[in-house]
Amino acid sequence: MSIAVTTQFICFTVLSLVVLIGALGVVLLESIVYSAFLLGGVFMSVAGLYLLLNASFVAAAQVLVYVGAVNVLIIFAIMLVNKKEDLKPSNDIKSRRLISTSICLTLLSLLIRVDLTNVWSLSNPQNSIGEESTIRIGEHLFSDYLLPFEVASVLLLMAMIGAIVLARRDVMTKDISTGLPVDQELIEKSSEPLLTNKN
Amino acid sequence: MEYGLDLEYSFNEFLKGFGLSSEVAHIIWLPLPMLLVLVSAVVGVLVTVWLERKISAAAQQRIGPEYAGALGVLQPIADGLKLLVKEDIIPAKADGILFTAGPILVLVPVILSWLIVPFGQNLLISNVGIGIFLWIALSSIQPIGLLMSGYASNNKYSLLGGLRAAAQSISYEIPLALSVLAIVLMTNSLSTIDIVNQQNGAGILSWNIWRQPVGFIVFWICALAECERLPFDLPEAEEELVAGYQTEYAGMKFALFYLGSYINLILSALLVSILYLGGWGFPIPVELIAKFLNLPINSPFIQVFTASIGIIMTVLKAYLLVFIAILLRWTTPRVRIDQLLDLGWKFLLPISLANLLITAGLKLAFPQFFGG
Repeated sequence: MSIAVTTQFICFTVLSLVVLIGALGVVLLESIVYSAFLLGGVFMSVAGLYLLLNASFVAAAQVLVYVGAVNVLIIFAIMLVNKKEDLKPSNDIKSRRLISTSICLTLLSLLIRVDLTNVWSLSNPQNSIGEESTIRIGEHLFSDYLLPFEVASVLLLMAMIGAIVLARRDVMTKDISTGLPVDQELIEKSSEPLLTNKN
Repeated sequence: MEYGLDLEYSFNEFLKGFGLSSEVAHIIWLPLPMLLVLVSAVVGVLVTVWLERKISAAAQQRIGPEYAGALGVLQPIADGLKLLVKEDIIPAKADGILFTAGPILVLVPVILSWLIVPFGQNLLISNVGIGIFLWIALSSIQPIGLLMSGYASNNKYSLLGGLRAAAQSISYEIPLALSVLAIVLMTNSLSTIDIVNQQNGAGILSWNIWRQPVGFIVFWICALAECERLPFDLPEAEEELVAGYQTEYAGMKFALFYLGSYINLILSALLVSILYLGGWGFPIPVELIAKFLNLPINSPFIQVFTASIGIIMTVLKAYLLVFIAILLRWTTPRVRIDQLLDLGWKFLLPISLANLLITAGLKLAFPQFFGG
């Protein structure tokens, strides 16, 4: 085995182990904060796997989107609402476990099927695009994948408008969580500058 | 433009002369540029710390460090030694693992980003195809480290500082990436080497700052915000948050934060000079100088001259920007958190979007000036 192949093998083994152990940790650990940070580690290792596959653009995009945006937002949300209280055990824990197990098993069987039916070996390994992949991805996004790309952007826009409506309470007359009428005066006051009102 | 010193090739040929295989030669070569860049980054930090002390002293009409070495140049080394030998304290109620991992996660992405900083045609660690995008991706990891250390410190000021740092970093990353995108649009490439080469056709006149003045200002503001330098140092605002996420840190772990923030500042200055100020390019094209001296462009003298001028110009431009950053730090007041977020989302984001749109339009209208 040449040195390059050995290095690649070692990297692959370490990254796969980190992905597997990290993913198990995300599910099994009691502390939600640890789970969130481990999720970031899993995302990073997946990016490392992409790098091993010569897909550097996908790897960087994975880091930017999943680690830099998704995971940071998850951690952010956890830290903003992190109350130190013991959660009540739910009553229907057995049926929940049953449902989640069946969903996970279905997903697993789907993945195994894809693994078995797909032809993984490249017909011509010399033809792999490598560094050129950035250009190819761009071409595909603006030609044959244009519709899915635009639909995804509409979806994001909808989510954004929804978030703004939820955050701006003056749009609604009733509070969503409590059902009480929203105190419009409070909103007026809080949007005024704080320092000029004194004296 | 395929000329310039290729040290790696010469070094490998040299080792092969001793009968080593090319693979072994490559492995011996690999750590050398990394070590060199690491050492130069740390030396750069020492210089910047000294500059910061001296310039802040001048701005406040003091003398500044004077006794450690001539003009106090050894003061940063004394600071570093002090931090090195200080006791490493982990607060009793803190979360030990996250507390230790936080500073590492802050420092490592910054150092990794030096991978793409070129000091000359072949003088960089790796000319990766995704180039500048790698830096944008890596700099998005940093907020996780800040949140981690803020949370693990088990201190309300630390947590607030960490949350602020993450919010600030996320909101300034978007205009930053958009102004980089305008440059990439003009270059047709993400590689930092190509970005500099595209600017060096006519010396100072072809630098990107003339074609992207708005992008330059947006990028510089965002880079300062990403470095948490003073007009934007909300995460560690002393009057409000003690020292933000680094409140509970001491000794070497604190030094990692300190080192990280200064390496990040130098990195940002280097990237501004690469993206907008022609990188290693001399204000007068080297080809003209060679023609004036009647020397062929491939002669050894011109090669060494180009390489050394390249390094000097890159460092000079970067330190000019570092100087401006230091002056800004000691002469401007801090913005409030709502002003900071307003500036990012309501001003810089629309401006950088418009800049991108106008660049795309100009590229279609004048392909010879804005990259065809």
